[in-house]
Amino acid sequence: MNRFNYLFSSTKGLILTAISLVAIVTGIFNTLSGPMVEWGIRDITVSLLGMDLNPTERAGRIIMLYHTIAMAVVAIEVYMMTSIIPMRKHEQRNINMLITIGYITAMIFGLGFAYWGHNFTFHGLFLVGQSLVFFSGIMLAVAVNPWKKEYYVTDKEFAHFKSGMDMERMAFFIMIVAMLISAGFGAVTGSFWANGHETFLAEDLIREPHKTGLQKAIIGHLHIMLTLIAVAVTLVIGRWLKFKGIFHKIAMPVMIIGTIVIAGGVWSVVWTHMAHTFIYIGSVGVMLSALMLVIFSWKKLIHDNSIELGYKKANIFQKFRALIHDPIKFGPTWQMVFMNFTVSGIGIFMAIKLEQIFRVWPAREERITLTGHWHILSAIIATIIIMYYVDIAGLKGKARKWFGWILIIGSDIAFASMTIYSMKRLIIPEEVAQQGLMNTTMLLADFGLGALLITMAIFLGWKLFDLFKGDGVWKKEAKNPELEVERTSNPVLNIRKENEFNTEGGEK
Amino acid sequence: MRKLIFIFIVIVALASCSEEVIVNSETKIIETGINPNEWVEIPAGTFYYNMHSHEESIKNNYEIMITDVTNKQYAKFMNEAVKKGTIKIDADSIIGYHPGDEFNEYLHEWEIPAGDYLLMPFGEAGSHIKLLDGTFKVDKGYDMHPVVMITWFGAKAYADFYGYRLPTEKEWAKAARGTDKRAYPWGDFINEKITNYGSSTNALQRLFGGNIARTTPVGYFNGKKYDDFQTEDNKSPYGLYDMGGNVWQWVGDDYPDVHYRYMRGGSFTNYEYNIVVWARNSAGPDFYNINIGFRCARDVKTIKQAEETIDTDTLNLETNKIKTIE
Repeated sequence: MNRFNYLFSSTKGLILTAISLVAIVTGIFNTLSGPMVEWGIRDITVSLLGMDLNPTERAGRIIMLYHTIAMAVVAIEVYMMTSIIPMRKHEQRNINMLITIGYITAMIFGLGFAYWGHNFTFHGLFLVGQSLVFFSGIMLAVAVNPWKKEYYVTDKEFAHFKSGMDMERMAFFIMIVAMLISAGFGAVTGSFWANGHETFLAEDLIREPHKTGLQKAIIGHLHIMLTLIAVAVTLVIGRWLKFKGIFHKIAMPVMIIGTIVIAGGVWSVVWTHMAHTFIYIGSVGVMLSALMLVIFSWKKLIHDNSIELGYKKANIFQKFRALIHDPIKFGPTWQMVFMNFTVSGIGIFMAIKLEQIFRVWPAREERITLTGHWHILSAIIATIIIMYYVDIAGLKGKARKWFGWILIIGSDIAFASMTIYSMKRLIIPEEVAQQGLMNTTMLLADFGLGALLITMAIFLGWKLFDLFKGDGVWKKEAKNPELEVERTSNPVLNIRKENEFNTEGGEK
Repeated sequence: MRKLIFIFIVIVALASCSEEVIVNSETKIIETGINPNEWVEIPAGTFYYNMHSHEESIKNNYEIMITDVTNKQYAKFMNEAVKKGTIKIDADSIIGYHPGDEFNEYLHEWEIPAGDYLLMPFGEAGSHIKLLDGTFKVDKGYDMHPVVMITWFGAKAYADFYGYRLPTEKEWAKAARGTDKRAYPWGDFINEKITNYGSSTNALQRLFGGNIARTTPVGYFNGKKYDDFQTEDNKSPYGLYDMGGNVWQWVGDDYPDVHYRYMRGGSFTNYEYNIVVWARNSAGPDFYNINIGFRCARDVKTIKQAEETIDTDTLNLETNKIKTIE
């Protein structure tokens, strides 16, 4: 297998390609805002790359930018799903091929349209790319169909229905279908406004007393898409961390119900204010499911690492040490816990205190808190994906520990700082006295994100360097392209047909 | 690993030591050459409104101040209005009567009943008007800076007192943008030499010193050179200054079912996407901040009526003069 095939057809290579493209896009477009403007870096980027940054089109540019990044992140999750969820090889191949062409097309032509003049051929190709991603989602839903008997659980330790139907597969299926419908929510509203190209950002609607149904649909679309991306990553991470047993059996039903209720709640926002109640109830299900994963994985980490560290009967400190022994495996679930302080907690607090606190503040400050909390959620999801990829890439020893801890500490310092920054008026009501807090939080956020980005750049630099080697790690990954996980079912065992399923790679 | 933890602790400690901003009670006096008592007439007619540039129309000509209301102007108003009894001193605040907003019990709607409301706190950090020996006085050097720490009620009280009003959002937008589709009042670009906004921090701190709350005198960016700092002219098509940056400006609209009051123009704390002519901010009418001020508008018809009565009513002469409010 040559390098091109590795990067564009093997699961591990496809993930690396998508992460690298997101990193490149983030690296370039990060220079266009915030302090980069004051430092003159934006001007350099704009003149070097010949960008066209018309202020009236800023909202449209941003919408296209985060859609292109989101497409790549969805693609990464799909690559992971098509490897860890048992399905036929041809299904995996077709889905991966379609979504790869889709997200790269959307990325290149979407950004081309948004930042380099308005060639409407580019806009059309951006839509073609997104459509391909959507169609690959339909194919994924068909492939993941949990009613197919060959995918019934082969190990009763995994959550299942009485018939043997795999509940985790059902949870994936529900999430995929919900995501397809929710994407439609965005597509319909997007088409409505694209008719006159009247772009706007949802955060600019927050204080509109009378929102139209289409405006509500846009707000619903962005919330549910990010939520479902988080649901997907939770399910994927669960498989990586060998999630099973009683916690799995509690988690999967509530994840299924939670996903249905939360998605239904978001869709109903167009018609009823009761939608928020459904959303809260659904969120409890999804978060309870994530909590089960956290408890399971921490117990498992303490158990497995205690053995590795030679603790026969570990005391509390040794248990803690065992828990944090491998930051790459501890990190994803820790980030899920940490998320409650910087995302869920903030969201709930804002909802409860909306009229007493947040609506008293200037709209621009409420907007910072709102945009802050979903930027942080996106970034937390990104760190979890990165940690999984670092494990896939086989980073070991001290490099693994340094990478893991810098990622966790750097990102958490940054996210905590940004949360405090966005809520600064709660701590210091008088704006004149806020400068010290603002300086501190900004400095810490820059430091945390800087540390994280530099570490990431070093890691990707290593992967790039490796690609130039004839017998680099990439060659081993190409030979064993599937993710090494314990799968919930074994279709080969169920229907006794070999050479057909993706389950033949990695641990079964 | 211990090294890593140590590095993080050091960084956190260093960051925590960052300096608190002290709001100066005095600053250097700067002569901009711009007269804040001047008004300009904006003609009736169509213009492009907001980001999507929909065509909108204003029926009558109106006048609007060429700069934000200054500390000096506001202190003068408070001294006169307290004397006349239209506003009151209440502990460390100035309060005034508001007849209340229509209340429809809509979801999230605030009820604002008739009563006395805060116009401006004095003596609070960030405010440059102080009550000394029963007279409102402005901190040295801040006479020509825009008045800040002013609530919407405070802005309206000033306008009402002199027979003016706050501009509507549409009036404000037309005055800022003129009749073309520009993004900023002066054109389609922005930099630290043309207005006081988030990215001017370094340039202005060099001129004014580090520890200041950073308003600039009204009309500061008018093409004049201050020491070695050459400004560019930020006039709008109709000749208004600071319609983007320096301080947010309260506008007059009270929309049904909501009752936030809206602000336009962006301020020294905001990055460029808040400085564009369609950027909008809002807060409760009793909210005040170091970066919120206002300017007034008035109907041309009202001015003509005032001119006709000028000989018979000396009070009107005092309060409705064209081209001057001092």
